[in-house]
Amino acid sequence: MRQLTFREAIQEAIAEEMERDSTVFMMGENIAASGGVYQGTKGLLEKFGEGRILDMPISESGFVGAGVGAALLGTRPVIDLMFNDFIPLVMDHLVNHAAKMRYMYGGQAIVPMVIRTFFGAGTRMGCSHSQSLEAYVIHCPGLKVVMPSTPADAKGLMKSAIRDNDPVVFFEHRLLYSVKGAIPEGEHIVPLGQADVKRKGSDVSVVATGRMVYKALEAAAELAQEGIEMEIIDPRSLLPFDCQTLMESVKKTGRLLIVHEACKTGGFGAEIAAMVAKEAFGYLDAPIERIAAPDIPVPVSPTLEDQYIPKKEDIVATAKKMVA
Amino acid sequence: MENQDLSQRFNQNLKDADLIALYRLMVLTREFEMRVCKIYTQTTIPETPHLCVGQEAIGVGSCYGLRKDDFVLPSLRGRSVFLAKGVPPSVLMAGVFGKATGPSKGKYTAHHMGDLEKGILAGSLLIGSQFPTAVGAGLAFKLKKTDQVCLCYFGDGASNRGDFHEGLNLAAIQKLPVIFICENNLYALYTPVEKAIAVKDIASRAQGYGMPGITIDGNDVLTVYQTVQEAVARARRGDGPSLIECKTYRLRPHCERFQENRPPEELAYWWDKCPIKRFKAHLFDQGVLNEETHHRIEAEVAEEMNRAVQFAEESPYPDAAELCEDVYADGVIRGGRLCAS
Repeated sequence: MRQLTFREAIQEAIAEEMERDSTVFMMGENIAASGGVYQGTKGLLEKFGEGRILDMPISESGFVGAGVGAALLGTRPVIDLMFNDFIPLVMDHLVNHAAKMRYMYGGQAIVPMVIRTFFGAGTRMGCSHSQSLEAYVIHCPGLKVVMPSTPADAKGLMKSAIRDNDPVVFFEHRLLYSVKGAIPEGEHIVPLGQADVKRKGSDVSVVATGRMVYKALEAAAELAQEGIEMEIIDPRSLLPFDCQTLMESVKKTGRLLIVHEACKTGGFGAEIAAMVAKEAFGYLDAPIERIAAPDIPVPVSPTLEDQYIPKKEDIVATAKKMVA
Repeated sequence: MENQDLSQRFNQNLKDADLIALYRLMVLTREFEMRVCKIYTQTTIPETPHLCVGQEAIGVGSCYGLRKDDFVLPSLRGRSVFLAKGVPPSVLMAGVFGKATGPSKGKYTAHHMGDLEKGILAGSLLIGSQFPTAVGAGLAFKLKKTDQVCLCYFGDGASNRGDFHEGLNLAAIQKLPVIFICENNLYALYTPVEKAIAVKDIASRAQGYGMPGITIDGNDVLTVYQTVQEAVARARRGDGPSLIECKTYRLRPHCERFQENRPPEELAYWWDKCPIKRFKAHLFDQGVLNEETHHRIEAEVAEEMNRAVQFAEESPYPDAAELCEDVYADGVIRGGRLCAS
């Protein structure tokens, strides 16, 4: 199978959808001529022209809000928000507009827009260029939230997100952009709300998102040497969430470990833990564990930032404790 | 107020039937607002009334010449816009009552209602958030190569939001068919405009965005009509957005829930400049309106409003089972969250 990077997979998904549907267009800062700060939109200007790949002024609130208006009137904007740390700048249009429009119109309206945004620590860029802010948007009814970990998933989910009739926030971990993976030939769609079991196992269910999927897989390989088999579930889509796959796994293993890069308090993991505590209570053989970043701003210095990001060793140690 | 002559100029282009229609819409708006004002004191309705009494000429004059497929995004004081855009008073009133027959089936406050078929974009309850949404509508028209336009209404207070800057700049650089209509009623809730804005005319800000800006008498319906029509023609030609500042005054409080103590002589001055009173006098002068037609219009409007209130009162509330509907286009919320099936 042909190999693409995570970055190329997303570019390909957008290009395919723009070819398929003339109402799809892009807005964002530095996305046209320069192809995006992480080259996320490379080649799209040449293919689709300035009429559909629109460079925006530094007006995040303005162009995300404009995306809502454009989506209400029959187009499908794909907005490049650059850093997910810009989400606070656009919260009004995401939370008070995009998410609520359908309700405000009594079901008459759809808001088919995608906000793609990169996130994550590990590049020494500081506390407002490194966060994982998915919980901010998961909390808001009316939005959908996606966080793929592999190139194939990124491509398939981006295509689903663009075709979806609700606003979707699409989180891309920037340290995954260069990761290569196999991409199926032809039309490749991954539906929203479908988890993927990245590794089968019988002892501990691990829900991991984004870059943490790779850390969990590394930990699983190491633990397998000691006879501990972890099952790694990548939700891929955080909202809607695939409850069924998670419940089936937890009922089999009796243990749940959640790993995300966002800080712990009020994080997505808390919601998963609550869900399992309620619906699989009788199956649990150990307390539910969460591994997350500490509740602090993301630091800059290598020694500090490396300490901040959840590590394979944390996962190994916690899983061992759970099966002991 | 420099454009008093415009109404004279344009008056020649409007037929008597148009003038009567403009007048009737203003009378209907006033009657609607005063009914809501009264109902609010008599019974419990979900809407907190933000009445446009005194500002009727802006919505009516600006919408009158629009095409059905043109869009508007009203401010929080948008009743004249809804009525001029063809929302039946009965539906609008049902919305005021929070009934299932209202514009959003009881999901959202009617004074920010949206109706895509009638060309009305819903506004949020956040003052000044409407600029980017309206700009997005303009962007969609441009992308789809239609010659539709979008009118974006806002008050003097909203013009201080960052979204005003971001929205107007974006509309200007993309040359979008959006007409920004400022209803400068001299107060942002209690705050007088001169304490919040250092320039005399909000329209002067247009220069900073590279678009035309004009300040007009917002209590003169013909001036509003004419000025907006010129901006609409410009937008349809692909020449981009305009900013029109309509000086006006609200003759009721910011909302009926709050008491206000504005100077009585100021209120008296503006009651004297009431747009309906002025237009009525103008139409009598021109021989377009006489006592008989005037009384007939008032009686018709009163009857229409009686029917609207009755419709609203008799309409059912939405079924509580509909609570979680209309959130997602293709999903169902279960147990408080959206799960995949």
